Amino acid sequence: MDYFIQCAVLAAIYGILAISMDLVAGQAGLLSIAHAGFFGIGAYASAFLTLHTGCDFAVGVIAGACIAVAVSFILSLPTLRLNDDYFVIGTFAFQMILFSVLNNWTSVTRGSLGIRGIPSPTIFGCKIDTSTEFLILACCCLLFVLFVVYRITSSPFGRVLHAIREDEVFAKAHGKNTLYFKVAIFAVSAAFAALAGSLFAHDITYIDPTSFTVMDSILILSMVIIGGAGSLWGPLVGAVVLITLPEALRFIGLSSAEAANVRQIIYGSLLIIMMMFRPRGLVGKYGFNK
Amino acid sequence: MNLRCEHLSKSFDGTRALADLSLTFPASGIVAIIGPNGAGKTTLINVLTGFLKPDAGRYFLDERELSCLPAHRIAQLGITRTFQDLRLISQVSVVENVLLARPNQKGERLLSALLRNGVAAEENQNHDEALRWLKFVGLDGVTNQLAGELSYGQQKLLTLACCLAAEAKILLLDEPVAGVHPNMVERILGLLRQLRETGKLVVFIEHDIASVRQVADLVIVMDEGKIIAQGKPSEVLERPEIIEAYVG
Repeated sequence: MDYFIQCAVLAAIYGILAISMDLVAGQAGLLSIAHAGFFGIGAYASAFLTLHTGCDFAVGVIAGACIAVAVSFILSLPTLRLNDDYFVIGTFAFQMILFSVLNNWTSVTRGSLGIRGIPSPTIFGCKIDTSTEFLILACCCLLFVLFVVYRITSSPFGRVLHAIREDEVFAKAHGKNTLYFKVAIFAVSAAFAALAGSLFAHDITYIDPTSFTVMDSILILSMVIIGGAGSLWGPLVGAVVLITLPEALRFIGLSSAEAANVRQIIYGSLLIIMMMFRPRGLVGKYGFNK
Repeated sequence: MNLRCEHLSKSFDGTRALADLSLTFPASGIVAIIGPNGAGKTTLINVLTGFLKPDAGRYFLDERELSCLPAHRIAQLGITRTFQDLRLISQVSVVENVLLARPNQKGERLLSALLRNGVAAEENQNHDEALRWLKFVGLDGVTNQLAGELSYGQQKLLTLACCLAAEAKILLLDEPVAGVHPNMVERILGLLRQLRETGKLVVFIEHDIASVRQVADLVIVMDEGKIIAQGKPSEVLERPEIIEAYVG
């Protein structure tokens, strides 16, 4: 039973990540490859603080989110002035830099050795001990993220994001400061990715830089594409599919090494199939390029 | 509001699109800009709306210099525009396109969008205002249709509705009747005549001289980035060299 609960926790965590990626990629049309970086910032900030100061999980989450937002501002200033392909390259470069920092700043991150023994989260003095309690915590976070995303996307702010995605020139011609909208949504998205990172660190109890690579950013993006960009539920559906589908491989007798390779083939095949036959994703509203 | 430019120049790879152009627009009325392809008409609009930066020269709205402002700031100051290649959000409804053009919306601030304080009431007002302008241009029957499903002529009307909903004082329209059915041309020209009565300045680029004759108060003729003639249509469009070059 614990195994299934753990799968559900991971689906909720990656659901938050995919939803946060969709805010920039699906809603605003900004294809970012930096998301695993913000995920890592949240994980390391929360792990470091709880291990070294014994602080509450909420403090770790808030600290991780604040650092991610600050880093997103630094990243936004040069990259959000770039267009399309150049923006992708800019965020890719950031992801590579962040991976190097996590790998080499050994006094804080312990480099490739990683941080182990991350404690179970404590919220206002209550320790989250069991996997069921952790699932409830992850689901509460997911609901909070869904609520905030719904408020944003159903507001005039969300309307401008859609305009930026479809035709930024149109938005500018009607007085919208598109840079403000892009910086703001990038920051919100980074904060949510950091929240997912905090949950991930406390769930797995061990983190190292290999969990926050470019491949992880592409996995998150795949969740958005497969589930459906620009919709509330699409990224969550994509996350559930891509987390649970590879788990099914365990039940058909493949070894871990074989399963890892087959998983990559499944991801790639799914992406090609979706792009060819259903570019809107499983429950999405728009083709990914719209 | 007076829009004027001083010594504007703009080149593309050595080709001069604007050549030391100086011009003062009237405060209101309908101004037509005509000229052959490559005369610099669209470049002038692109520069005046901040979508292109001039190589030299400055332009002003009353005494405020606009030359260094980004496009969205110029739009906020009351200068809006349409494009030759229609720019609309095709995958959302007609009314949402117009709503997008409404200025100074509280709900466009992130915190207000989250907290929703006063946003619903303002959204209702904006919705009513959007419907008013859609009725004005004759699109009140298709408000909930996707913008991308409208005919080309209807899309031209929608771009005009967006400009009007933005509450701009100056409208720069790039070929508003090009490529539409003659009946639609009459409808659009009729709307421009109505706008004249509201005290707005409407500047439009047009190749169709008959349309220019019908509605323009002032005609500006451009060639090779310069103004070669300007005045009332009855005067300018009767000049032999203009007739030979542009009217035929």
